[in-house]
Amino acid sequence: MSEVLVLIDHVDGAVRKPTYELLTIARRLGEPSAVFIGPSDKAGDAVEAVKKYGAAKVYTVDDADIKGYLVAPKAEALQQLAEKTSPAAILISSSFEGKEIAGRLAIKLGSGLITDAVDVQEGPVTTQSVFAGNFTVQAKVTKGTPIIAVKPNAAAPEEAAGAGDVEEFTATISDSAKKAQIVASQPRKATGRPELTEAAIVVSGGRGTGGDFTPIENLADALGAAVGASRAAVDSGWIPHTFQIGQTGKTVSPQLYIASGISGAIQHRAGMQTSKTIVAVNKDEEAPIFELVDFGIVGDLNTVLPAVTEEVNKRK
Amino acid sequence: MNIVVCVKYVPDATADRRFESDNTVDREGVDGLLSELDEYAVEQALQIKEKAENPDDVKVTALCVGPEKGVDAVRKALQMGADEGVHVTDEAIAGSDAVATSLVLAKAVEKIGSADVVLCGMSSTDGSMSVVPAMLAERLDLPQVTLASVIESQGDQVRIKRDGDVATEVIGATMPLVLSVTDQSGEARYPSFKGIMAAKKKPLETYALGDLGVDAGDVGLAAAWTEVTETTERPPRTAGEIVKDEDGSGATALTEFLASKKFI
Repeated sequence: MSEVLVLIDHVDGAVRKPTYELLTIARRLGEPSAVFIGPSDKAGDAVEAVKKYGAAKVYTVDDADIKGYLVAPKAEALQQLAEKTSPAAILISSSFEGKEIAGRLAIKLGSGLITDAVDVQEGPVTTQSVFAGNFTVQAKVTKGTPIIAVKPNAAAPEEAAGAGDVEEFTATISDSAKKAQIVASQPRKATGRPELTEAAIVVSGGRGTGGDFTPIENLADALGAAVGASRAAVDSGWIPHTFQIGQTGKTVSPQLYIASGISGAIQHRAGMQTSKTIVAVNKDEEAPIFELVDFGIVGDLNTVLPAVTEEVNKRK
Repeated sequence: MNIVVCVKYVPDATADRRFESDNTVDREGVDGLLSELDEYAVEQALQIKEKAENPDDVKVTALCVGPEKGVDAVRKALQMGADEGVHVTDEAIAGSDAVATSLVLAKAVEKIGSADVVLCGMSSTDGSMSVVPAMLAERLDLPQVTLASVIESQGDQVRIKRDGDVATEVIGATMPLVLSVTDQSGEARYPSFKGIMAAKKKPLETYALGDLGVDAGDVGLAAAWTEVTETTERPPRTAGEIVKDEDGSGATALTEFLASKKFI
């Protein structure tokens, strides 16, 4: 059976949830071989984690020569690994960095590339949601090894016992790939809430909050949700850009998305259009967001959200 | 110093975008314009120029690969303050994927010559792939300094703040390089009346594939390395229930809804 390379998305060996989704998808296409690019002494943790989601093999690439430089070395390492293994497909998380790695890899391997896939089935055939959710598109790669960048929440991770046979791989990184230096790196502060792109529930605030996100945060905590924001809120300086959902921020696809005080401009919709259930609370009954919702309340979020929060907490 | 800013001519994102029968994007039925995210790239190019020791020694060239009407994107960049424009247009390019687009852009950059900075937006507002800047770096064998929210340049050194997925990074490189900037990098200026008038006299070159030494067989729909097999218009979400909040009725209704969907 053909190998499917899955690039492990991790922070210092701690594997992130989207990787398990990629492994689950990989099993539809062939035999998953996870690829760990990171410090050798953290590889063990990652191997144990991906074994549980079906990784038959794990290639470990020590990143001593790689970690100080932006994107290019990872693309080179993956290219060399792909040339050695001739995989049926290569799956990468559709984060900004993941897409850059995928883009460079496509040119290196002479292979087609599909980004932001919300589903991947046997073929591989991908599904994407485009034009602010108005169209879904099916596509396939027609040249070379399909390189597919997959969005978080594209699949429910399914546990499966994998052999997890470890094979160390040494990549030769060119001087060319070392010209963009990572001079400094500040890890994101843990918010204590679920990671925005991986959360099952997201509660978002916009201009209508007037700068006070407390009702949003309280409801999020009651629901065990992540907090998000519209561009208006970020541009007003009420909340950092890492919380922005939309075309120029993060894209989310949770089970439940609650938009509060958000009008629903197209740039925002691009970031949450594939959410399974969409709820909105807004004072303005003409707000475009109401065209998208499964349920909407025309009302003041400062009244509605706290009352809902109280109810939710009562029912726990 | 030479800065080449790549600008894309895209269908208006707020309009009703659709597909043609060959699964390519309908460019006829929708007005086009300079992609909003590329305005930030033009802005940063102008800022690098203005902050340089000798701004007169910095030339900003706006480059667009696109349909005939794409010249409008170049003109807008000239109106904002770019010094020269280059428009690459050729019927053979229609339907190109990102791989082919990056090929034509790279060849155009080489044709323009001596680029110290190839500047791009973070993503197009139609394809939204965010891969072309990285692909350009790959093709031109230049360092990729991408997704910058803050840009500092001094001499031939560029440093950026990049809001990565799990960390905020500072990336540094020496020119020549490929730089892409996000919408957080600073508001893009509106063309002034003076700028609009001045733009009319600025040099604007038009090239076809032959001028760049690109084979028509390497670009366009038939040459694409991916294929869209089906496009489906999503049925408008069956109108959801909208409740007007009166004396707490909203909260009650919402709670019931969440409970009915087993979220609580």
